[in-house]
Amino acid sequence: MIHIPVLRAGKPYRSLSVNRIPHVETGQPFAEVSQANRGLIARDLLDVRKSKRALEALTVAELLAICKRAATLFMEAELPIGDATQSPEDYVTQTSATTGLPQTLVRRNMDKVRLNMDEMEAILGGLTRGLDLSILDFGWGVQDNRRLSYAVEANALGAILPSNSPGVHSLWIPAIALKVPVVLKPGSGDPWTPFRIVQALIEAGCPREAFNYYPCAYDGATEILLRTERSMLFGGASTVKAWENDHRVQIHGPGWSKVVIGDDRADSWEDYLDLIAESVAANGGRSCINASGVWTTRHGRELADALAVKLAQIQARPLDHPDAEIAAFANPKVAERISDMIDSQLKTPGATDLTLKHRGTPRFAQLGECGFLNPTVIWCDDPTHSLANTELLFPFVSVVEAPQEEMLERMGSSLVVTALTDDQSFIRDLLASPHVDRLNLGAIPTNRISWDQPHEGNLFEHLYRQRAFQATA
Amino acid sequence: MEILSPTLTKQVAESRERLDAQVREVVQWHFDPDKGTPFWIEYAEKLDFDPRKEIGGYDDLKMLGHFEDEWLRGGPVRRWVPKAYADKPIYVFETGGSTGLPKNRISIRDFHLDYEMFSDSLSDDGFPKGADWLMLGPTGPRRLRLAVEHLAQTRGGICFHVDMDPRWVNQLIRDGKFQELDAYKAHVINQALKILRAHEGIACMFTTPKLLEALCERISLEKVGIKGIFCGGTEMNAQFNRFAREELVPGVDFQPTYGNTLMGLAMSKPFDTADNYAIIYYPPVPRAFIELVDPDDPERTVDYGETGRVMLTTLTKEFFVPRFLERDEAERAMPIEKFPWDGVQNVRLLTTLQDSVVVGVY
Repeated sequence: MIHIPVLRAGKPYRSLSVNRIPHVETGQPFAEVSQANRGLIARDLLDVRKSKRALEALTVAELLAICKRAATLFMEAELPIGDATQSPEDYVTQTSATTGLPQTLVRRNMDKVRLNMDEMEAILGGLTRGLDLSILDFGWGVQDNRRLSYAVEANALGAILPSNSPGVHSLWIPAIALKVPVVLKPGSGDPWTPFRIVQALIEAGCPREAFNYYPCAYDGATEILLRTERSMLFGGASTVKAWENDHRVQIHGPGWSKVVIGDDRADSWEDYLDLIAESVAANGGRSCINASGVWTTRHGRELADALAVKLAQIQARPLDHPDAEIAAFANPKVAERISDMIDSQLKTPGATDLTLKHRGTPRFAQLGECGFLNPTVIWCDDPTHSLANTELLFPFVSVVEAPQEEMLERMGSSLVVTALTDDQSFIRDLLASPHVDRLNLGAIPTNRISWDQPHEGNLFEHLYRQRAFQATA
Repeated sequence: MEILSPTLTKQVAESRERLDAQVREVVQWHFDPDKGTPFWIEYAEKLDFDPRKEIGGYDDLKMLGHFEDEWLRGGPVRRWVPKAYADKPIYVFETGGSTGLPKNRISIRDFHLDYEMFSDSLSDDGFPKGADWLMLGPTGPRRLRLAVEHLAQTRGGICFHVDMDPRWVNQLIRDGKFQELDAYKAHVINQALKILRAHEGIACMFTTPKLLEALCERISLEKVGIKGIFCGGTEMNAQFNRFAREELVPGVDFQPTYGNTLMGLAMSKPFDTADNYAIIYYPPVPRAFIELVDPDDPERTVDYGETGRVMLTTLTKEFFVPRFLERDEAERAMPIEKFPWDGVQNVRLLTTLQDSVVVGVY
């Protein structure tokens, strides 16, 4: 069985505690992941300054070159994994096997990660708003006739990572180029992606000390969040709640992303069907940037019905099928429970599942040992219905009708809003709303990310603070 | 299955005879209408047999069913005091770290005896006679606080203490107040550091796995003169045992233990590299016995090496707990010469409870 070790300042460590992760198609143990105990993490982090010094010895330019080489290695090379090696194809099948993501989607995500490392210079440009990056090497510099100095706020970036989509790992990689070591807790279903990224970066010349990789239980994750001066935390609402008021922790919770159609465009809803379908279902509907709500002032029912016809064409397929578009649940019972929960909430008047009649098969589907949830479109004629603002780990969307002036109030917070409107007053309200994180004005699907426009917090601003600086010379 | 040597086979048989004799004596004692324990005398009235006549050994305890720890919640607590001991000074200890209605266990001298037995198993190199102790673990209404002090006194030492309230720790975890939890831990550790630095005579200590980790982040225990650590209070696995021996306290006599207020203290098999850091515990037979049973069929004892649910029996004249199904599971381990009866390996929370119970918090 493949074994994935802990990495302590880059050095592999085989723990006596292991987590065996099952293959979603067979339910049988597929890989063995060493587990770091809480105290081991705490002890290692006492020395994390040393890891930081190793990265400080390189310039940002050198680190950008390393990222570029790592991009190719991540995509093409045979890289170490435990006592074995992993080819790119191995990575695809292994990640698919334990996350349930179809192999086609793993490949697409793999390319996102490659692109992130390859385009790191542009990403840092976006994060730093065009800062001369050599200022980070020397501590200060002059740009546009202004003296600038930045102080790093952390000896390491902690990252409590998810398993839902490999592409999400693009969010922590810039820390390396910004000279900050990482302390990673992989999601239990996807230990593969962060491990392969780390191996690619090491192979490309990055000091191995910059990487701590700790598969662990909740207490280990807590330790990482407590011990690293800056961190990012991915998780559901209940997981992130305890850390919401800790400025050291950047929260990546549920997205509740939405497509909003202004009153001026409501009659043109048919023009946006493809955009909405992509926003809901791309990447298996598993990302926080997938839309879980469509808000419009009228024609909601017709829109929902047409969207249901479109999404009902997506059906569960084997993970290695070239046209597979939705992911299997690692535990089919979880999928069944989610489906039951939706049905139970549908008993409350004000919401209807429109996909069932068009698909003709139930929402829950079983292929072999795999459990799937087929795309689901809910028509909510009551904007206060509990399903009107629900995010689930599959292509699930509620179409809600509400007056434009009430929309922003009723919608709650949204990671991404794609606003389809030319109404300047409505646009001003959207721009002013503290509940909208990323705003796409115009026909841009919610899942289309421009890497130079960071959302859910800016990693550079999370890690660095501009320092007041004067010098006599 | 490993074959036992003839000597060990004989020792196992002898220990079993002692266990059966202890069962007979304890059943006679607790069910005696004149001198016995009110709870058990009343319990016997509901039975269609007389335990004193029918129970002749450990296996016959099946006739009593399983002890339910819910019986220990609430009063009157004196129903657990044998009439023969009614005029003795009585301690009451509470189990667990939860904030529900506490479970109580009465005690008179049991905790002294248990820890005197444990003392006999400690080496004088790791736990020198006359050395002072630091007790860094749960205090308050817990047996451990007085027991460790008695252990220190038994070995001629004086025991220093730091207050630690595991129920507050539990509450902070339930509320997701991790920063407060960290601050409380630092508060506890700071007090321990002051004591260790101020009292050079301290060479031994009791602490829990998590407090040991936290303490070792701040100080080298070997450098401040600690020679032996008795560790317990919460679950420990092989990885922790290895981590402690290799990184936290190399060179210190590290003694992991498994125990609780109901049973007393199970000692661990002397460290052997062949065990790959697995911790194997042996209960203090005949005062207590652990049987590993099929979680779905507690009447079936599992085979050696097989995983089973911990079923605990306590057999003292102060307290009788027959066949209590603990919330732990483990693998059944073979008898050894030092402990010629069954042991338990890799004790951990029952798989079925692992998502619902807060354990190992202090």
